[in-house]
Amino acid sequence: MQEDAAPPRHTALHDWHVAQGARMVEFAGWEMPLNYGSQLAEHAAVRHAAGLFDVSHMRPLEVRGPEARTLLRYALANDVAKLDAWPGKALYSTLLRADGGIMDDLIVYHRGGGAYRMVLNAAGAEADAAHLQALADAHDWRVTLCKRPDLGILAVQGPQARTIAAMVLDLPALSGLAVFYALEQDGFFVGRTGYTGEDGVEVVCANALLPDLADRLVAAGARPAGLAARDSLRLEAGLDLYGQDMTAADSPDTSNLAWTVDLRTPRDFLGRAALLARRAAGEGARLVGLALREGIPRHGCVVEDAGGRPCGVVTSGLFSPSLQCGIALARLDAAMAPGTVCAVVVRGARRPAQVVKPPFWRHGAATFSFPEEQEA
Amino acid sequence: MSKIPETLRYSETHEWVEDLGDGRCRVGITDHAQELLGDLVYVEAPAAGKAIRGGEACGVLESVKAAADFYAPVDGTVTAHNEALGDHPQWINEDPYGRGWIMELETHADACSGLMDAAAYGKLTES
Repeated sequence: MQEDAAPPRHTALHDWHVAQGARMVEFAGWEMPLNYGSQLAEHAAVRHAAGLFDVSHMRPLEVRGPEARTLLRYALANDVAKLDAWPGKALYSTLLRADGGIMDDLIVYHRGGGAYRMVLNAAGAEADAAHLQALADAHDWRVTLCKRPDLGILAVQGPQARTIAAMVLDLPALSGLAVFYALEQDGFFVGRTGYTGEDGVEVVCANALLPDLADRLVAAGARPAGLAARDSLRLEAGLDLYGQDMTAADSPDTSNLAWTVDLRTPRDFLGRAALLARRAAGEGARLVGLALREGIPRHGCVVEDAGGRPCGVVTSGLFSPSLQCGIALARLDAAMAPGTVCAVVVRGARRPAQVVKPPFWRHGAATFSFPEEQEA
Repeated sequence: MSKIPETLRYSETHEWVEDLGDGRCRVGITDHAQELLGDLVYVEAPAAGKAIRGGEACGVLESVKAAADFYAPVDGTVTAHNEALGDHPQWINEDPYGRGWIMELETHADACSGLMDAAAYGKLTES
């Protein structure tokens, strides 16, 4: 999917992945592990024990300076003021364009003293940084943005992930770390965040430390897992993928992310006016979950209402290893309540589908059941 | 390095064909193909009695993330498909040349003459 002929970039763990038997693929300009033999085994390891993901293609960006907070309060749809009293706390947000379309989604950590660390998606990191710099320049805000090519990121995810990470990093404080908080020690920045729907941490540290850290996490019981498992885990968890479930053409309201837009104060942020105008105009499209007893929905499949009229399109779809059925996120022209029956056209066949409020899977169990199972 | 048994013949669409010697042959997908597809979760093979034409799609293989057509490597009539794959699609990943076989065909004597041998197929997968 690269736009130019530049060779894909390698993370500090590239040779480590190859030595572990990874099948490597290009993703957002990076060569990343797709799987290490079996996506299903890796998916199960994360659900039942612990998996280890190299997510060094995601890019840290430091935001510092007297007006770092001012910039982020203007640039992000969620409000970093929520982090003021809590150094170490993290916030999920979208980065909106002036027209209310989503430029990217990200996590921002408050590191105390008015310093922030953002973690940006691989594909958008460069453009996001340029956009933030342009906003700072336009407002004469004293902000320093610092890219961190010297850092990489490992995600350790699963019910045993925090225990394993605490032992390997000699960080007993991890057992008491709250969700969406980070702590820092000896060059390791450890946040209780992730993209799998399981408990776990993401560890940011110097590239040079990654291979040894990965070896020790594996020795302690974390199984290497690739992008394929990451995709099936995040979809079961109902988490959007930027570029697939949401793009610059979509707003948070139409992407199941209205909860990330903070409108509680009159704070002026980029995209606010457009977002409110879209709401006033009755923008009705919604991103919903779909579950299929038979057939596997795929990106691009048409969704039909009970009367057979096209009413939307699948943005992400796959076979859910945990649920053993097809699941999807789909953008519908208008909201449909959970439980509503519609259909997905899969390879020419109309497959009944049930609307589900994401996530599909949480705390070790399905969040919904098909009607016949309810009666049983 | 994927396995390519010397005794089988191969199509450009990554099916293997085993001559069973009595006018029938057995068909599956290669080790290389299953690696590309990833973990299989659903297999739709043609029913017994169906006439199929070499080079045409005759079934569907679905992995967690992707769906792929399964092509008939030669002309023939389906005599059986591997019903156990309904419950064990992962056998195609675990044992693509053995219990992961997909279907058996009745075909004419020189049906396999247009297929590749192991050496030629090996070159194809390397290119």
